[in-house]
Amino acid sequence: MKQEIYSAGIDIGTSTTQLIFSRITIENMANAYSVPRISIVDKEVIYRSNIYNTPLIGSTEIDAKKIREIVLGEYQKSGFRPEDLSTGAVIITGETARKKNASEVLRVLSNMAGDFVVATAGPDLESVLAAKGAGTDTLSKEQNVTVANVDIGGGTSNIAVYRNGTLVATSCLDIGGRLIRIEHGKISYIYDRLQKLLQQQGIQIQVGEVADEQKLRKICGYMVSQLAEALNLKARSPEHAAFYTNQGAAVPEQVMVQALTFSGGVADCIETNAGDAYRYGDIGPLLGSAVARHPAFQKVRIYRAKETIRATVVGAGTHTTTVSGSTISYSTKCLPVKNIPVLKVSREAERDPKQLQEEILARLPIYYSEGKAEPAAIALTAEDYHSFREVQQLAEALLTGTKDLYTNGFPLIVVIECDIAKALGNMLRAALGKERPVICLDSVYVGDGDYIDIGEPLIEGSVVPVVTKTLIFNN
Amino acid sequence: MNEEQIRQLVAEVIKSIHEQSEAAPEEMKKSGPVIDDGMIPDVREDDYRSYIDIPDAANPEEFLRIKKQTDARIGLGRCGNRYTTKAYLRLLADHAGALDAVMSEAPEHLVEENHLLPVQTLCRDKNEYMSRPDLGRQFSDEMKQKMKDACIKDADVQIILSEGLSSTAMERNTNDLLASLQQGLKLEELSVGTPIYVKYSRVPAMDVITEITHAKVTIMLIGERPGMSTYASLSAYMTYNGYVGIPEAARNVVSNIHAGGINPIEAGAHIASVARKMMEQKASGTDLQLF
Repeated sequence: MKQEIYSAGIDIGTSTTQLIFSRITIENMANAYSVPRISIVDKEVIYRSNIYNTPLIGSTEIDAKKIREIVLGEYQKSGFRPEDLSTGAVIITGETARKKNASEVLRVLSNMAGDFVVATAGPDLESVLAAKGAGTDTLSKEQNVTVANVDIGGGTSNIAVYRNGTLVATSCLDIGGRLIRIEHGKISYIYDRLQKLLQQQGIQIQVGEVADEQKLRKICGYMVSQLAEALNLKARSPEHAAFYTNQGAAVPEQVMVQALTFSGGVADCIETNAGDAYRYGDIGPLLGSAVARHPAFQKVRIYRAKETIRATVVGAGTHTTTVSGSTISYSTKCLPVKNIPVLKVSREAERDPKQLQEEILARLPIYYSEGKAEPAAIALTAEDYHSFREVQQLAEALLTGTKDLYTNGFPLIVVIECDIAKALGNMLRAALGKERPVICLDSVYVGDGDYIDIGEPLIEGSVVPVVTKTLIFNN
Repeated sequence: MNEEQIRQLVAEVIKSIHEQSEAAPEEMKKSGPVIDDGMIPDVREDDYRSYIDIPDAANPEEFLRIKKQTDARIGLGRCGNRYTTKAYLRLLADHAGALDAVMSEAPEHLVEENHLLPVQTLCRDKNEYMSRPDLGRQFSDEMKQKMKDACIKDADVQIILSEGLSSTAMERNTNDLLASLQQGLKLEELSVGTPIYVKYSRVPAMDVITEITHAKVTIMLIGERPGMSTYASLSAYMTYNGYVGIPEAARNVVSNIHAGGINPIEAGAHIASVARKMMEQKASGTDLQLF
């Protein structure tokens, strides 16, 4: 049996705001004489909104009201209603994510855009979403090469490197098409950090001065060579480290990138670059042509991305949702649950039930507010638990460790990597009785400090959709 | 070279041979028999899925990635047009493992430990079991009477265990599988009849038992015919309202239950939920809507 769910993706970037709706098809892929293996078999974008300029009040605040209007208008145009959507993501990306009211905007939109739409951001996640939207992960698997997607947006460039379909590195640099803006032939805005970095290179540029194409080309060339350095296509210069967003991580130097895809608004200016250089009121087109000309990028193969300016929003709308393992155990009526913080038990403590119990007891209060229990999910790999006896010991340790949760009326949520969730969940349910809900899922890979949403069961209750959110804003 | 020289040469060679053969026993006498407390490594400890043994492979990473998808013995190298010694020994060992799984007697201590009622089909020994599948489906009148006397009747679920064609499968999976299955059935609020162990059983023997106990769902856990990569795998055959002569299409099966396939505890929990669905839909096999 097949089931289709609809997902929304809303991306509020530095320069543009977009929305897509996609259809996700879920089907059991196992044969009839095996346990079910339900997976996502198809993802299709079925509606693409116009691309809007992100409305701002001044240069530091997102205009939440206008964003709301944009999203409402697109709902009307597409014929979708918030209740049609079972999952999705609103993400505020790039420079915009650092704007002061970003989390407020996320909150407003998240409630408006369907019951189960989630809010996420953070440069690492953005890099991954853009690469998935661009099709880089699949490309690296099919071609069996190491491919980096470079999503050059308005405020940042997000890099995600995939090898054989597996993510190997992400990185985010303050390089983008709208870091310098031009109005009526004059410079109207320069990102202050960029201005300082340029000064150190002996390039003086001020707001209000006449836009000098030669100078701007030089600046773009310099920015692009920083990108090449970030991709290990050029030796790193002393000032290179200053370009990373929020002092984030660089791509490790031993990662050898064999091919590239480009996405983001600037990607569209790489191949075709006719017309007025300042047609978007920024340096985007010049940055695009600087990429096309830079010798470092001639060294590797360049593939066309599946999506360019829409890569991030497509990634957000289609790739944030996964499904749990197909042998799971849960009490009905306690789903969906949203924004549950994850307590991942350390690998060392996990091996011994006693230590596992102690660690949960010690760490759970971190999630309490004012001394009162708050919901949390316990995550572990469960690699060391195989036999019924061993899993029973694990269940007992979990029950002792999480007593505060279920005695205060919260569901006991356990997410594990190895395929033992149904047996483990059954043990927990047997111990807690009918009144206390249990959700026990496997094939769920989360890290400590992540948040998860768990949706309503699909395919006759065989699986549940799971959205993992890496910390909103990585600070 | 003249005759004299040849004679001299031969004499020298003979002399040196004598010297050697005299020296050898001396040496052995000196050291005596050597006792090494080392162990010969078990060839089956080696996980041949995790490496390739081809010298100068063009793309070893990709080969390994493909290899991880299969249990087939690929990428183990060769010597001329034959296996390497290592690969060949492993092949022999796995073949022996498969034979052992079929031919060895069932671990009957598990029957007592799990409180199963032991019965036997018409087969008198392993050889008859192997050569007469028809006898593996039938019981003597005494055996039928034994089950009639000892078993709970009209339960929702009847559990049957048999070594079938792999005693190894029974040995490795029984405890975990039964524990998990019974727990799952309890959570599904299904009543369970007296669990039975059948020696020398074929799958259709379950239908005879269904007719005796009148259970609605009958679950037979039985060792699968071993192959070269798995010889410890078990299957669960399930019927709703089974009877002797029930078409094979009316059976559900969950196969490949072993540590490297569907692990026994998850399988047990899954089988319990299939039983629940059978009870709800009053159907099994192709009539049962699992999704």
